[in-house]
Amino acid sequence: MPDGTSNGDLDRFTNDLDLEAEAGGYHLNPDREFTRDLVRGLLANRERYGYISCPCRLASGKREDDLDIICPCDYRDPDLADYGACYCALYVTADVEAGLSTPDPVPERRPPPAERQRQKEERAAAGRAPGDLKYPVWRCRVCGYLCARGEPPETCPICRVPRDRFERFM
Amino acid sequence: MAMEHVPGVDRGRVILYALSTCGWCARTKQLLTDLGVGFSYVYVDLLAGEERDRVVREVEHWNPKLSFPTVVVDDAKVIVGFRENEIREALNA
Repeated sequence: MPDGTSNGDLDRFTNDLDLEAEAGGYHLNPDREFTRDLVRGLLANRERYGYISCPCRLASGKREDDLDIICPCDYRDPDLADYGACYCALYVTADVEAGLSTPDPVPERRPPPAERQRQKEERAAAGRAPGDLKYPVWRCRVCGYLCARGEPPETCPICRVPRDRFERFM
Repeated sequence: MAMEHVPGVDRGRVILYALSTCGWCARTKQLLTDLGVGFSYVYVDLLAGEERDRVVREVEHWNPKLSFPTVVVDDAKVIVGFRENEIREALNA
């Protein structure tokens, strides 16, 4: 594990993540030591790339190409539903947190690069489709929040991710 | 090549492709160490330039999802993820 951060920074950031998670109905992995190592990885990635990309995925270093794996990643919620934990296991379901069940190993859900490129083009095309809606509808790719307005909000009011994590939904 | 070798019992050519920031990669490395087998590992996130491209292609060859940890035994058996039983089985350890 890289060790460029002080324990104080690590504790503070872990604590912030925990508060934010609980406020939003999410839960950090109760295995404190494992979670601390993951958070250390997040901070190492922030230092390297300028954003907290998933510690268990290979980032390209280009924010635009890594948007889907910036924590919380686009795949967290479906993985929580299917496996009880997200891919790196920073986030777990309430049952797992309470020790009522153990999470299954999570297979990689992120599509390979060629497929991601195809999906991106598809989304761009969908954004240009004409419609008779008064406002476009935007969807947060992290938590699914929908809003009808000219542009997506600067910050998702539900899960706090920035505007560039939104996609045109309708 | 930036492979590190961990000496141990010879169970074939064991290569661990890992990320330095990943908890599951750390557990896999620990498991291999505890099993006492000789293995080589590389932290792909710490590579740069051509070397990184070359290792990325190598991982993709074994695991098109390019996910970590990926363990390759004798250029034949591939175990993706921290799957303790599968790793033990592949190594007869």
